[in-house]
Amino acid sequence: MQRFSAFQLFKQGLAGQAGWKPQWRSPEPKASYDAVIIGGGGHGLGAAYYLAKQHGLRNIAVVEKGWLGGGNTGRNTTIIRSNYLFGESAALYDHAVKLWEGLSRELNYNVMFSQRGVLTLAHNVHDVQVLGRHIHANRANGVDNEWLTPEEAKAFCPPLNIAANIRYPVLGGALQRRGGTARHDAVAWGYARAADALGVDILENCEVIGIRRGVGGAVEAVETTRGLIQTRKIGVSAAGHTSVVLDLAGVRLPLESYPLQALVSEPVKPVFPCVVMSNTIHAYISQSDKGELVIGAGTDIYTSYTQRGGLHISQHTLEAICELFPAFRRLKMLRNWGGIVDLTPDRSPIVGKTPVRGLYVNCGWGTGGFKATPGAAHTFAWTIAKDEPHPINAPFTLERFREGRLIDEAAAAAVAH
Amino acid sequence: MLLIACPYCGPRPELEFSHGGEAHIARPEAPADVGADDWGAYLYLRANARGLHAERWRHTHGCARFFNALRDTTTDKFLATYECGQPRPHLGEPS
Ligand SMILES: Cc1cc2nc3c(=O)[nH]c(=O)nc-3n(C[C@H](O)[C@H](O)[C@H](O)COP(=O)(O)OP(=O)(O)OC[C@H]3O[C@@H](n4cnc5c(N)ncnc54)[C@H](O)[C@@H]3O)c2cc1C
Ligand SMILES: [Zn+2]
Repeated sequence: MQRFSAFQLFKQGLAGQAGWKPQWRSPEPKASYDAVIIGGGGHGLGAAYYLAKQHGLRNIAVVEKGWLGGGNTGRNTTIIRSNYLFGESAALYDHAVKLWEGLSRELNYNVMFSQRGVLTLAHNVHDVQVLGRHIHANRANGVDNEWLTPEEAKAFCPPLNIAANIRYPVLGGALQRRGGTARHDAVAWGYARAADALGVDILENCEVIGIRRGVGGAVEAVETTRGLIQTRKIGVSAAGHTSVVLDLAGVRLPLESYPLQALVSEPVKPVFPCVVMSNTIHAYISQSDKGELVIGAGTDIYTSYTQRGGLHISQHTLEAICELFPAFRRLKMLRNWGGIVDLTPDRSPIVGKTPVRGLYVNCGWGTGGFKATPGAAHTFAWTIAKDEPHPINAPFTLERFREGRLIDEAAAAAVAH
Repeated sequence: MLLIACPYCGPRPELEFSHGGEAHIARPEAPADVGADDWGAYLYLRANARGLHAERWRHTHGCARFFNALRDTTTDKFLATYECGQPRPHLGEPS
């Protein structure tokens, strides 16, 4: 691997930037691998990296039907935080935040993790009480979260409108200072490059169209558009398409797939220092390093695989943004798009074994799994390698729906983030 | 915004409707006799079909009645809407 450093940059600059090599190989699929990961988003690529790095599995492949990061990894608004309500979730998401803190160094790739703070607004008495409960629960779990008055919120985020006479006035907010954003593509590319350097084959334009099972029903091979690949272990990280992939092995899941939208404005000078979310009026916003305001909208009310979403959904969000930040009223929106998110009944992910031997799943991250990427990938790799749950992902197995042990994070995850 | 044909009122904008999830999931007649596997499946497992999907809708801000629809989730095109209690129509499926 060609390491990135200030010295390399200088050296390549002297050579007219002509000496950079591709960041990963594009190999032909082998006839068999020790493990195959389905889905080349951050979660799948990360799992392959940790399998190779920490568990010594080097003869493995990631198969991706399109291009790396072309799913929700490259479509999300990159909000990272760990202020979820329950202990199980706090442990999982905070594990991820801790890995984010060292990720650029770990991968020798600048994932532009920026802990600029995530401020969640309260607009009514109910919000104030719910956020208060979250703050206390988070602190009890060792996760930072603090209450800001409207004036303190405005000092932290100057464009915020705290006038008392707006339809949903700002009554305060909960601030997680360790929260922030990261560069979405860089996460996929950084993991891909590091995994490739450890020998992992990354197979793009390779769609899984069948899963073969042998004696005792255990997985035996995946059928792909680039041929048959034998393997005894399959890890699925296919986000919104997980139901479709697991259907190939005859497994049904408690998932429903919905379009979720986001949009970005024309680029402007730095105006927005943090991330602001509002569950009540359904809006969330930050500014990218390119200068675009990155705005997240809601899901459609019906399940769909169209990666589009209705116009009225983003209109609703923009109305809320314009009221909270009147200065942005005249900005033009440059692009909008949708991704397909896989929602579980309790809005918590499903990570672990399936009823089929050798088949593992990491899904149900729904509207908020980017933040979890390193933590999910790291613990999923453990589960695939050892055929058992990691202590952190153990509460998130599929069995919880049979046993009624739900981890209801609908309040923490109600806004798509 | 989708245009949805309520079987009772005719075509109306999506904003008037709420979505009720997968259709034709019958509640077990004697829940006490149902084991954890079947009960969990009834409550939570869904087809989440990529393609034709039979689903419930409610014309909440109209006649307020429930009905079923057959929709292609890769295009969002409705193939049919039909009254509750009727079987799923077989349209657009390879025979
Ligand atoms: C608009 C939007 C905004 C969001 N905002 C946030 C946010 O602010 N913060 C946050 O934490 N999360 C957010 N999310 C959620 C987040 O994007 C996802 O939870 C996360 O990126 C999932 O990562 P992944 O690697 O599992 O999935 P993906 O990146 O979707 O990767 C799955 C891959 O599987 C591939 N695949 C599918 N089927 C097959 C097949 N049969 N064969 C081969 N490959 C296949 C797909 O092509 C895809 O590349 C948002 C999502 C959307 C859509
Ligand atoms: Zn009607």
